[in-house]
Amino acid sequence: MSIQEKEQEIIDEFAIYEDWMDKYEYIIELGKDLPLIEEKYKTEDRLIKGCQSQVWLHAETKDGKMKFTADSDAIITKGIIALLIRVVDNESPSDVATSQFSFIKEIGLQEHLSPTRSNGLVSMVKEMKLNALKAVK
Amino acid sequence: MDIQAIRSQFPILEEKVHGKPLVYFDNGATTQKPLSVIHRLSDYYTKENANIHRGVHTLSQEATTAYENARNTIQKYIGAKENHEVLFTKGTTDSINLVAYSFGELLQAGDEIIISAMEHHSNIVPWQLLCERKGCKLRFIPMDDKGDLMLDTYVELLSEKTKLVAVTHISNSLGTVNDVKFIIDKAHGVGAKVLIDGAQSIQHIKVNVQELDCDFYAFSGHKLFGPTGIGVLYGKEEILNQMPPYQGGGDMIKEVKLEQSTYNTLPHKFEAGTPNIAGGIGLGTAFEFLNSLDMDKVHKHEQELLEYATTALKKIEGIQFYGQAKEKTSVISFLIEGLHPYDVGTLLDKMGIAVRTGHHCTQPIMDQFCIPGTIRVSFALYNTKEEIDLFISALERIIPMLKN
Repeated sequence: MSIQEKEQEIIDEFAIYEDWMDKYEYIIELGKDLPLIEEKYKTEDRLIKGCQSQVWLHAETKDGKMKFTADSDAIITKGIIALLIRVVDNESPSDVATSQFSFIKEIGLQEHLSPTRSNGLVSMVKEMKLNALKAVK
Repeated sequence: MDIQAIRSQFPILEEKVHGKPLVYFDNGATTQKPLSVIHRLSDYYTKENANIHRGVHTLSQEATTAYENARNTIQKYIGAKENHEVLFTKGTTDSINLVAYSFGELLQAGDEIIISAMEHHSNIVPWQLLCERKGCKLRFIPMDDKGDLMLDTYVELLSEKTKLVAVTHISNSLGTVNDVKFIIDKAHGVGAKVLIDGAQSIQHIKVNVQELDCDFYAFSGHKLFGPTGIGVLYGKEEILNQMPPYQGGGDMIKEVKLEQSTYNTLPHKFEAGTPNIAGGIGLGTAFEFLNSLDMDKVHKHEQELLEYATTALKKIEGIQFYGQAKEKTSVISFLIEGLHPYDVGTLLDKMGIAVRTGHHCTQPIMDQFCIPGTIRVSFALYNTKEEIDLFISALERIIPMLKN
């Protein structure tokens, strides 16, 4: 499945929820399936400190594809990370580097990716792309 | 006090958020604005807009009068001796920076400044910058685990080296009301000046700067029903006259020559450039609104809300309160075991309830309690017990979602 197809799949999944609380119920569920970062990788250099919540991110490249694992202290943040990783996991570094994650806006969660929200997610997306750019070289 | 009559003056309280009626419990961050303030801003731009202190034309004179009348209203309300002791600034942060810079110019290496462990970053960082610039030393009044300052230690910190004590009147994170009168009297005993950060005070309690005998008192307009971007620094005339100007520009000068200038008298010496005229006038109107209230009744109502909400919250399993000082304003900072503040705040928002989460710009307090932040609800005079009921039932819905 291409990145676009995966994004569309998520948009379709979210379309069935009309109520915000149901939507968040689903995000919380998704957070439980997040590919968790191994404890040994939870180091200071992989920690993205937001003012509200914190995120750990680990990236590696295997056979030309990107692999991400992550964690967060906040459950909703974790759910959104799970969505972001689902879209770009197992994709080529150049596709990850250019991904816009526009589906987040489509499903109404763009507030979590606002720079003023300070939950670590904006920096995490930047970090994912930086890792991808390094892998392209 | 007729709360419904007060609520009807605040149109935003009728708004809906995510389809739910807005419950606004983030008054510590900023308060909502009454119609009188909103209309005053609109009237100013509709009928009176002109630059002040310069023009000979009618509009300029009217705008100048309105701006200076606002200063007089504020002077009377806070009990300043002179109207030129009321300086308009951008807000509390700007007021504190003004003192840190200009009063700071009078300090020397080795001089000491005392702040407390519960200060907002705005009352920490300007002093750190001053200490770096001048080689002064920063000292701290510690806080106990209930959120009260340890005043015995404070008295021990004071010496002839102490030149300034800068403490908050009321803690934004914990709600603690500090015994500033005691702090001021003791500081004066060693010849030190005192700045009080009043950002969280005037909307809750009556403040009289002459009775307190503080040397500086800083506050923001937007936290007391006024516009954003305007605030006040009260300073005693004698000290303000000794201080060099803060910023240079128009309005603050008497005479400018290419080589050197002479400065204007108070308050203009500290008000360089075209000020926030509409903001100043609107702030005057906010003080007229405060004048229309009985602050004792406001205080009583807010204390009832505090007690009502605290009692209800206590029933929640795993709740932990931060800030249980002897005297508190209507602020409750708490955490629920196993729940992250960000998650709670996000879900409360989806139910129309506005609270603050995070460290509230008081990281040293969070460090003392070893927590990343709290959920903070802060009530204003227009809040009701019904709103607290909505908040509690929202929490009851959220907790199982997040604990699952």
